[in-house]
Amino acid sequence: MGIIGDVIAWLTDPAHWTGPSGIPTRVAEHLAISLAALVIASLIALPIGLYVGHTRRGGQSAVNVANLARAIPSLALIGIAVPITVLVDPQVGFKVLPTLIAMIVLGIPPILINTYTGITEVDRDLTEAANGMGLTSRQVLTGVELPLAASVIMAGIGSAAVQIIATATLGAIFGFGGLGSYLVQGIAQNDDAMLFSGVVLVAALAVGAEAAFGFLGRALRPHEVDTATPALLEPSQPEGTPAVG
Amino acid sequence: MPDPTPTPAANASSSTPHAATVEFDHVTKTYDPRAAKAGAPGAVNDLSLSIPAGRICVLVGPSGCGKTTSLKMVNRLIEPTKGRILLDGVDVATRDVTELRRGIGYVIQQTGLFPHQTIEDNVATVPRLLGWPKARQKERAQELLGVVGLDPSRYARRYPAQLSGGERQRVGVARALAADPPVMLMDEPFGAVDPIVRERLQNEFLRLQEQLAKTILFVTHDIDEAIKLGDVVAVFRDGGIVEQFAPPAEILAAPASEFVARFVGADRGLKRLSLTRVNDVELGHAPTARAGDGAADARERTRRNELPYLLLLDAEDRPIGWVDEARLPAEGQLGDRLVSATSPLLDRRTTLKDALSMLLDADVQIGVVVDRRGAYRGIITVEQIAGFTRETAREAQVRADAATG
Repeated sequence: MGIIGDVIAWLTDPAHWTGPSGIPTRVAEHLAISLAALVIASLIALPIGLYVGHTRRGGQSAVNVANLARAIPSLALIGIAVPITVLVDPQVGFKVLPTLIAMIVLGIPPILINTYTGITEVDRDLTEAANGMGLTSRQVLTGVELPLAASVIMAGIGSAAVQIIATATLGAIFGFGGLGSYLVQGIAQNDDAMLFSGVVLVAALAVGAEAAFGFLGRALRPHEVDTATPALLEPSQPEGTPAVG
Repeated sequence: MPDPTPTPAANASSSTPHAATVEFDHVTKTYDPRAAKAGAPGAVNDLSLSIPAGRICVLVGPSGCGKTTSLKMVNRLIEPTKGRILLDGVDVATRDVTELRRGIGYVIQQTGLFPHQTIEDNVATVPRLLGWPKARQKERAQELLGVVGLDPSRYARRYPAQLSGGERQRVGVARALAADPPVMLMDEPFGAVDPIVRERLQNEFLRLQEQLAKTILFVTHDIDEAIKLGDVVAVFRDGGIVEQFAPPAEILAAPASEFVARFVGADRGLKRLSLTRVNDVELGHAPTARAGDGAADARERTRRNELPYLLLLDAEDRPIGWVDEARLPAEGQLGDRLVSATSPLLDRRTTLKDALSMLLDADVQIGVVVDRRGAYRGIITVEQIAGFTRETAREAQVRADAATG
């Protein structure tokens, strides 16, 4: 039997669906840490992105810093985090925290860049018209810029989610559970079925996240290009005053 | 939040004239202190204008001449470097900026409609900011869509992307009118639509202004639009200098400088004709007779007149056509079959430019002016039009000289 059959057999084995190292537990661990990282990354990146986008001040440097963080390999990032987290708490320091920090750092760039881009792509004439009508700066941000940038921002959160879910896998090397445990154990025990089952599960999770955020992004898209209903024609109206009586 | 009870503006009907004076008092805007003298694009140099309440003032000039900057200083999207702008005598700089802006209608070329909001919500923007009750906001939006010629039942729930350029521009105007502001700022509002729609929007705009009588500052780079719409026109040149501030007829008849003369164009004589209506000219008279009248008397009267034609009218005094003097019978009755030529019928509101154009094409170059029922009122000839323009040009020159001297 090939590896595909082995993986299917492994995934459908009822024994792998129970207990502390069963699939539901591992998926839950993986999702919980990913969600935590995504929320924290959003809490950091969204306000910065909104601020630099709205004021158009320091946007380029924010994007550059974010891109720099993106360039660091995930594993290296966890490695860097370990000595720091050990200082905080030797126990936790070796399990959840280093991975969480790496996940947050990697989650920030796509959210920040998309938020910044989404806000700055809102037509200047639109925000100026809004200002000119007497919307306050905050009302322009929440009432005009944010709704129009929402789908772009959501796409950024989606990319961050995929990045974070992938990075959570590495956490197993540093003692955190999650789906990465199957990869680490599979390699250690030379159990290809377990190894590749882990890979399949992580991939499924990432694809699922991408699809979910893609759906959200489409739902949030403004009615800018609505091809479903055709444009009305000019109402037929008599011309102003006929020139000749 | 603002007081939710309707403001006085909320109660005012759109038919109540409600306008304010706008005054620029030595306003200067420089973007770079070093370029102050060079006149950087958008700069304004010591601008003083006084716009009476309820009038349309058009700021016109080439791009970068500071006309848009001047407009945006009124609602403080741009703050002047020096000088004051007064609305009804109150310096705008002393007023709360959001409250000031909510009391000034603002229309821009790109419409600035919010793509994620329905037409109705777009129109209700300022009422919403002012905290009007929901029902009143909705009612006002529907009312205004009607005012700008868009059927609320068809348009209210649509989104801007579903409308044509001309329709979006109407919505832009409706939105600016929502809180019945005494002053409207319009920045090339009809610049992005095709010429046919633009002309229609201009006509509707003038008709609307007849009822609303707002004080309107209108920016355009199109001199024809300026002449058509402005009660007064300020011609800007680069560096934000106003070369002439006068009614359109005066600008055309007596340009204050070489720059203005070039800007209004070599055809300014024709443009002046487009400002004057048949109504404004003293009409001449042709010999007339009704169909069925005695020919002998008609012939006698036609002979005595310098025109070689008699104008035949029907029983309701509506013109039938011209009868050549040579074809008038010595006796009997006058009838339709004698008519050998017709000429254009002009309404009293026809512009002299259109009248002239029609006369040049006609069999008999005499325009027959009729009233609303189609009854004969008088005639107008090419010579009369030429004489009238000579006369008014002379008068305008005298006025302009008196103003500058």
